[in-house]
Amino acid sequence: MAKGTVVLQLENDISTDIIYPGRFMATVLPSETPQFAFADDKAFNKKLNDGLIPAGSFIVAGDNFGCGSSREQAASCIKGYNITVVARNFARIFLQNSINVGLQMIICPEIDAGEGDELEVRDNRVVNLATGKSFAIEALPRARQAIIDAGGLIPYARHLLLERVA
Amino acid sequence: MGMTYIQKLLARACGKETVAVGDILELPVGLAMSHENAALVINQFREIYRETGIEARVWDPERIAIIFDHRVPAESSKTATNHKRTREFVAQQGITKFHDVRGDVGGICHQILPENGYVRPGQILVGTDSHTTTHGALGAFAFGIGATEMAAVWALGSILNVEAPGTIKVVVNGALPNGVYAKDLILHLVGLLSAEGANFRVIEFHGDVIRNMPTSGRLVLCNMAVEAGATAGVVPPDEETCRYLRDEAGVSDELDLFAADPDAVYERVVEIDATLLDPQIACPHTVDNVKSIGGLKGKKINQIVVGSCTNGRLDDIEIVARTLKGKHVAEGTRMLVFPASWRIYTDAMEAGYLRDLISAGAVVCNPGCGPCLGIHQGALGDDEVALATTNRNFKGRMGNPGAEVYLCSPAVAAASALTGTITDPREGN
Repeated sequence: MAKGTVVLQLENDISTDIIYPGRFMATVLPSETPQFAFADDKAFNKKLNDGLIPAGSFIVAGDNFGCGSSREQAASCIKGYNITVVARNFARIFLQNSINVGLQMIICPEIDAGEGDELEVRDNRVVNLATGKSFAIEALPRARQAIIDAGGLIPYARHLLLERVA
Repeated sequence: MGMTYIQKLLARACGKETVAVGDILELPVGLAMSHENAALVINQFREIYRETGIEARVWDPERIAIIFDHRVPAESSKTATNHKRTREFVAQQGITKFHDVRGDVGGICHQILPENGYVRPGQILVGTDSHTTTHGALGAFAFGIGATEMAAVWALGSILNVEAPGTIKVVVNGALPNGVYAKDLILHLVGLLSAEGANFRVIEFHGDVIRNMPTSGRLVLCNMAVEAGATAGVVPPDEETCRYLRDEAGVSDELDLFAADPDAVYERVVEIDATLLDPQIACPHTVDNVKSIGGLKGKKINQIVVGSCTNGRLDDIEIVARTLKGKHVAEGTRMLVFPASWRIYTDAMEAGYLRDLISAGAVVCNPGCGPCLGIHQGALGDDEVALATTNRNFKGRMGNPGAEVYLCSPAVAAASALTGTITDPREGN
């Protein structure tokens, strides 16, 4: 199962302004947004842009990750690096955007991990290999399972559209 | 078992007898609103149709609203090109509710929708903007979604896989004291519930204070419901809703008015005695970091911003103009005023408010969202402090992560403009 390193540890109430600052919002395409991910954290943004963060890495956060603005760039910019976000919980719009664009997210209400820790996802738990502790994963909203199963909202909506025409 | 207002709304919209919290529904959309991020919606919309052999047509061009407000007039060639492509799409698809960069029809989306009569009680209204919650003030179920979600709405006409939310009932009784406004009430509530206290839930407003509050104030409450994480805020429609829609929004068609059941089941009931409220300030860097004004008096302010989808309406500008008339913004403090629409701008002009503001030293800008989210005009310098009637104070929000933003009512902003420090409007000058 998925194994990777925590590359960023964040507190509660991380807003989409922190993930993708408003001044870059004129850039919209998922192929172009990753360059501005966490732009105000200059050191981390540089690591991302320099290719120093391997795919499969983890960001660990507290409660209410992705609160604030509905800007989808906040989900697509992280998705561009194939990073998984593990948070105690997520704000609604960010959670839905992430499912829609296929960003990997894990709701893990008790997660305790710091930067540099290695995590492994197995048997519906997140295991912190550095501390040996493991934490239960909470299911994503069941209403959205069909979209997850389809691999995102675009293929899901395309399928519904074709069904209607048929 | 009785239904909350939103459960009832969902049941009517879906043609069901009842809807229970947690039911998974496909909701027919009454109005789908986007702003500059329509550029991304258009991209995702075309992606849905790619290689299907089906021509990409929106489901109903009369139910889509596109309003340019975030970067107007365009601040960069990139934005100008996004505007241009969106205009071409609007023309190609025959989208009717389009508000371009124009003095006769323009403004901030969350003012344009109500004042043009696009919002109805009982409507399902989605917008690619988190403050879409605003429109619950007129009895709609109005909530923010992302751009890809909107692309699916444009294609299919419905919002898919929605879980019927639980509701927090907020009952506000008593009366707001002098110098205390709807903004103070919602800041107090966000502080009480916390930034995630209403995540995935609806806030339904009741009580004497709400009943006596004009729609302009109800729009403030519902606008900021999202700052407690709420999917939507809603004021069940009443006489005031009808008055606003008939007299101010020019709506003449029949209105579908209904109420929550008396035995509706709420997840939580919060009672607030408005009589006890002081002016409230949200301190950096979260909106739920709310304090009464007392301990903050005297805090030096570099820039005051009045406006936004929260507090840029005529009654807000009136309060500020009356306070500043014949006086001057303190030396060393800048004051920017952004009316929420050009209709409000011209009304304020005719009432003489803009002249009073400008004579006092305020800079009156064109309607738009710009400074609130640090994307167009009004950016802050390093270590500067702003006091704003806007809705968010996140780190970096006004374009500089090294600056601080405090949130307040227009009355506090006006009183503070005269002194250059946070000032209680009840204390006079």
